[in-house]
Amino acid sequence: MKKFLCLVSVVLICVLSIVPAFATESKDYSHLKGTEINVYNWGEYISDGADDTLDVNALFEEETGIKVNYTTFDSNENMYNKLKSGGADYDIVIPSDYMIERLIAEELVQKIDFSNIPNYSNILDEYKNLYFDPNNEYSVPYNVGMVGVIYNTKVVEGEPDSWSLMWDEQYSGQIMNFNNPRDAFATAQWYAGLDINSTDGADWGKAYELLKAQKPLVQSYVMDEVYNKMESGEAAICAYYAGDFLSMYDNNPDLAFYYPKEGTNIFVDSICIPTSSQNKEAAELYINFLLREDVALANAEYICYATPNKTVINNDDYSFKGNEILYPTKEGMPVTNYFHHLDSQTQLMMTSLWDNLKIDGNENTGIYIGLISFCVVSLALVIFVKVRQKIRASYYD
Amino acid sequence: MKKAGLPSTIYVLLVFAFLYVPMLIVAVYSFNSSNSTGVFESFSLRWYTELFKDEETIKAFYNTIVLAITSAVTSTVIGTLAALGIDKMKKSWRRSGIMTITNIPMMNPEIVTGVSMMLLFVFIGSFLRINGVLGFWTLFIAHVTFSLPYVILNIMPKLEQINPNLAEAAQDLGCAPGKAIRKVVLPAIKPGIMSGFIMAFTLSLDDFIISYFVSGPKFQTLPIRIYSMTKKRVTPDMYALSTIIFVVILILLIFVNMNSLKGEQSNKKGAVK
Amino acid sequence: MNKKNLFRQKLCAAPHLVWSAIFIVVPLIMVAYYSFTNADGEFTLENIYRLSDYTDTFLRSLWYGIVATLICLVIAYPLAYIISQMKVKVQTTMMMLVMIPMWMNFLIRTYAWMNILEDSGIINKLLSLLGMEPVHMINTGGAVILGMVYNFLPYMILPIYTVLAKLDRSLIEAAQDLGAGKVRVFSKVVFPLSVSGVVSGITMVFVPSVSTFYISQKLGGGTFALIGDVIEMQFQVSNNFNFGAALSLVLMVLILICMAFMNKFSSSEDVGGGMVL
Repeated sequence: MKKFLCLVSVVLICVLSIVPAFATESKDYSHLKGTEINVYNWGEYISDGADDTLDVNALFEEETGIKVNYTTFDSNENMYNKLKSGGADYDIVIPSDYMIERLIAEELVQKIDFSNIPNYSNILDEYKNLYFDPNNEYSVPYNVGMVGVIYNTKVVEGEPDSWSLMWDEQYSGQIMNFNNPRDAFATAQWYAGLDINSTDGADWGKAYELLKAQKPLVQSYVMDEVYNKMESGEAAICAYYAGDFLSMYDNNPDLAFYYPKEGTNIFVDSICIPTSSQNKEAAELYINFLLREDVALANAEYICYATPNKTVINNDDYSFKGNEILYPTKEGMPVTNYFHHLDSQTQLMMTSLWDNLKIDGNENTGIYIGLISFCVVSLALVIFVKVRQKIRASYYD
Repeated sequence: MKKAGLPSTIYVLLVFAFLYVPMLIVAVYSFNSSNSTGVFESFSLRWYTELFKDEETIKAFYNTIVLAITSAVTSTVIGTLAALGIDKMKKSWRRSGIMTITNIPMMNPEIVTGVSMMLLFVFIGSFLRINGVLGFWTLFIAHVTFSLPYVILNIMPKLEQINPNLAEAAQDLGCAPGKAIRKVVLPAIKPGIMSGFIMAFTLSLDDFIISYFVSGPKFQTLPIRIYSMTKKRVTPDMYALSTIIFVVILILLIFVNMNSLKGEQSNKKGAVK
Repeated sequence: MNKKNLFRQKLCAAPHLVWSAIFIVVPLIMVAYYSFTNADGEFTLENIYRLSDYTDTFLRSLWYGIVATLICLVIAYPLAYIISQMKVKVQTTMMMLVMIPMWMNFLIRTYAWMNILEDSGIINKLLSLLGMEPVHMINTGGAVILGMVYNFLPYMILPIYTVLAKLDRSLIEAAQDLGAGKVRVFSKVVFPLSVSGVVSGITMVFVPSVSTFYISQKLGGGTFALIGDVIEMQFQVSNNFNFGAALSLVLMVLILICMAFMNKFSSSEDVGGGMVL
């Protein structure tokens, strides 16, 4: 019921805010009417009108007359491949921090004219001038999140507070780790007190040893299937994002969450304008729109991640207002670090270590025996058929 | 024709159970009231109502169908012609070379096909000075390309089955070669063409990796949409959509079947009279 | 048929040849180019040297592909045969029914299998209701093979069925008249005549299942990798097209060798069948 009331109020706010929003707009954008922008975003990463939430893109189209072509991607790297190829022109992309670092370095995104984005003042100062965009020229923060450990209180005793839970032999077969090298290595690196952006092979070697030691305890390496497995109780311990924990908790109240005391990685997904943009002005209008209080509030409710928008954080209608998981207090705030873009040498090392992790310790003798016996049997069959043919042929002679 | 015996009926039922159990699970979770696809909370039609409100999904679904039909028809036509031609080639290195090349899209992991096609399209696009070349047509070309081997592989065995004298006999009796193919060969390989078409359609309907790389900002298919949800969670409205598709097709099939059976019966009655 | 007509019919393949030259051969050349260069476009054999680390992964993928293909064949052949004996009108419906499950999204199908196979999944719940010991199925090689069989089974059933559907019945009757028993009719007449369909089916199951990647991640729990996973990761995580291309080039060669072997095998079988007749 509370949620419903909240949703109703969100809708009310948007309706009410349309008028003042237009009133405060200093510039005239009517000449953009009838143009299009191509938005490229993560899947399920915008309020789309489900459950009577605000349909952000529809509202934008209605207000400005600019058509939004909205498509989605599933990983930073896939988005990068597409953007780099130059085969498609996007006006808005929303990658994560380390990818933005790379995009800026490769000049795939362009500087934003912040004078067109008055709502930028809504962004918290702590999310301005981040390492990947030190002078705040290329990106506008959209969502923020941190990785933490999720566990099932029915299985795990006590109140864990360290990454060591994921290496606890007591819970062998109940632990899950990321099925993606960067995130999985980060869990080990934090646990061992190593730098997650290290370029030192020895550091990665240490993290690898930890993951290798963890492997016998691991039930599975997961990505999206983590939801089902945690909700159904198939597994009891995993590392995942805080916002996603909240959505799992809705379906399984036995789950609990903590930020490990050793520290954890934080991400910021920010809005950028690719160099290939054909309609920069409309793209800036869209960014400004996304930062508006009502829109940002609807998105924050829908996505469940922490927002860098202070008008939302302070909004009484925001259902996650003061939520200590999304917005830890000063005391609850863990040590954090961002992922940086790794150079290709380090990346090569990481992926081959990761492949080793997958190959190591697997029983392969069965496969060898199987393959060899298969070859022997089929060879024997071929010879048998050939010999029989010859014998048959000799009958006809 | 004789009726299938009990053991074979049981066997068919078992295989179909294997094929359809996951379908049942999908149908059940499409009625879940929560957004989980792992825990069933209670019955609700929430995701069906959500589905019909979700314009993006419906648009993506429409795109998917359009793409699947057009690419399947095209690859069936090209593939049938190709099979007819290849069949007449002697069993030599040339023939096996062509068959090998035909099979390559099947051999390559999808991501390799996807990325290399994307690069190719971008190259062609820059050559023709087209901005933002990726879109419907690139998707269409990619889908035709990876469906072709399946179509050809379905038709080749049927062609090998035909008695080569058949078409010749038709020609000896005064049929033009084109007509001989139309009147004699095509009817004989029809089941192969049909299954080739069904496979091409299915593959196109289900592909996401290749589609992901060759799609543009204005044309997104359903699998791309579903796959990109995996950053967060795949919502049960996709389950609802699958269930609807499934039920609609099933009803259509039953309807068609009933009609044809009825037709058959009345034919028989007519024959008795 | 005279030469001119023969040539004309061969010409039918022209659109396909042109199409493949542009959209298959050119990308293939690109893959080969990437395999032998590094990120800066210089010639290198480093990618090829690195391949030896992945011998186990290659072998595992091959083995899973072989097992899945054999299981598919064993399940599909009798089914195709039974269906081919049904009424003609029913046959089409049955074929559609075989294919329809594949019209549901691949991802969603795989999720459903996870629901079925998990330790807390449907099968184990049923087993515990019946008072039986739970069976661990998910995150094993068996579950991956099951996933492959499920996803590729229709591609085995359809080509075998199309060949069996219009089998020349007079041949079977002739064999029966000559005193052949059911088993003999099958092994000497029906099976040899359907070999071409079986070969098509094996190709369509074996080839994609060796390079598959998603199934092994979801049903195998990611504790081991198949070659498809490794290649996918090179592209999606480390953006290392060069090594990914080298891996897939080798994979292609491996598959080609297997297929060549199978073709030899099937053609000798074919001749053997022909001899009997």
